[in-house]
Amino acid sequence: MFDKTLAELAGGLAAGDFSSLELTESCLGRIKSQDAAYNSFITVTEELALSQARAADSLRAAGKAGIFTGLPLAHKDIFCTQGVRTSCASRMLDNFIAPYDATLVRKFNDAGAVTLGKTNMDEFAMGSSNESSFYGPSRNPWDTDRVPGGSSGGSAAAIAARLVPAATGTDTGGSIRQPAALCGITGLKPTYGRVSRYGMIAFASSLDQAGPMARTAEDAALMLNVMAGFDPMDSTCVEREVPDYSASLNDSLEGLRIGLPKEYFADNLNPAIAEQVQNAIREFEKLGASVREISLPNTALAVPAYYIIAPAEASTNLSRFDGVRYGYRCDNPVDLEDLYKRSRGEGFGDEVKRRIMVGTYALSAGYYDAYYRKAQQARRLIQQDFIQALSEVDVIMGPTTPQPAFRIGEKSSDPVQMYMEDIYTLALNLAGLPGMSVPCGLAQGLPVGLQIIGNYFSEAKLLNVAHRFQQATDWHTLAPASIKG
Amino acid sequence: MALERSDVEKIAHLARLQIRDEEVPGYTQTLSDILALVDQLQATDTTDVEPMAHPLDAVQRLRADVVSETNQREQLQSVAPAVENGLFLVPRVIE
Repeated sequence: MFDKTLAELAGGLAAGDFSSLELTESCLGRIKSQDAAYNSFITVTEELALSQARAADSLRAAGKAGIFTGLPLAHKDIFCTQGVRTSCASRMLDNFIAPYDATLVRKFNDAGAVTLGKTNMDEFAMGSSNESSFYGPSRNPWDTDRVPGGSSGGSAAAIAARLVPAATGTDTGGSIRQPAALCGITGLKPTYGRVSRYGMIAFASSLDQAGPMARTAEDAALMLNVMAGFDPMDSTCVEREVPDYSASLNDSLEGLRIGLPKEYFADNLNPAIAEQVQNAIREFEKLGASVREISLPNTALAVPAYYIIAPAEASTNLSRFDGVRYGYRCDNPVDLEDLYKRSRGEGFGDEVKRRIMVGTYALSAGYYDAYYRKAQQARRLIQQDFIQALSEVDVIMGPTTPQPAFRIGEKSSDPVQMYMEDIYTLALNLAGLPGMSVPCGLAQGLPVGLQIIGNYFSEAKLLNVAHRFQQATDWHTLAPASIKG
Repeated sequence: MALERSDVEKIAHLARLQIRDEEVPGYTQTLSDILALVDQLQATDTTDVEPMAHPLDAVQRLRADVVSETNQREQLQSVAPAVENGLFLVPRVIE
């Protein structure tokens, strides 16, 4: 049962092969017995899961089940879940019991899903390795000495280890796609505004977007059908019709125009990853696609622009953590300033403090034009590259990451080196475009991700492209050798 | 751009972050490295480029000016560190 996809599990539930309670107990059992090796969960919500599973089985018995009724999944611990600790992997929120549900959580609850727990992540989603978590790093099931990526590393590790069939993630600069690539699973970052951010703890508000993480594109489509759509509680959520993302999965790729940005195949790309990506491109040619080289000339601006905009917005967003209204408060503050400074100094970890300080500096008097405004101009140039390219091709493809999963501790002392991990993923968030990562091979025995980028609101096309690839190949079915039945 | 120790202390104060003395050299180094990275932007010509604040260039949506929220004070204050009579408690500010 643990090796089945959401779509297969939905079929099993509908056919009466097993109940949601049996399925949920099986997942909880695996999490309990195996997650010590991966540390992919911060909180396991056993009681909630069992009660939701029983409710789902009752609904089904009454003939009122939908496609998602009784399907188990986990939420990244950045989504508020009412009555459940929502920590964002920070000491700051270690004691925070969310008083309400994020819209995304409510939508999955309304669809009948079963919440197994809250997954590990980089603190406040700031990181590419999961090492900045207050609860310790999550580990990559393909090699537990290596990182699962980040920030949605716990979600990716739990799926790769077959502890859960699917999980939610968020992506501000690659935080769904990069861990999906490093753990050999499928992840989708939707267009900015496609999924509500209400109740998703804010990092960089002009970049943040929630998305599905699963084993297959077919499952990601099932999840996005639940997640996407307008929400009056998020002022940036787009009022736009939501297509049935499952309906077009099998569309033909005959005539699909693929662009390969030459900047994404430059010197710093691991040759084994380049080879696997090229092999994947050949599969698409067999499926009827045409391939041409394109250029995204402002690619090199993405990392510097991102590391101004994201920290600037983070410094503003994280000013709400003041030790007064919720979250961590220091012991025995002598005055209000001491309360603020020590609560924040003790409650936040190193990388979060670093980014708050970079952002504070970039936004401070006299520096705004040189940093934030300049970065927003660079952002426009990056967007124009994509708009130009996507007027000539249907999708852009390349590697998701320049290297396979690195060792825990390898990059944690050098933030700039860590930031370069996201060289291929950041630009999408700056432009607000959707992108996916799908497994496309192994390099040194570790998973390689193929990134697929499309135009605004082209999620259905991306899922179609990824699904047809997964029909033609079996990279997405590979499981880490450590997985136990 | 290389920062001095005093720059980091000033930034930490502006951000209301307590940084222990022994941590200041480490932050001075890593923040200088990050600023050197982002300074690569300065070489880019952005004359006449409109800054991009929102990926879809959307404008703020407005709603009708009607009451939409109910009072949830008790529920929302249940997670506060210190509350009395519906008020958040902080160290004395006014003598």
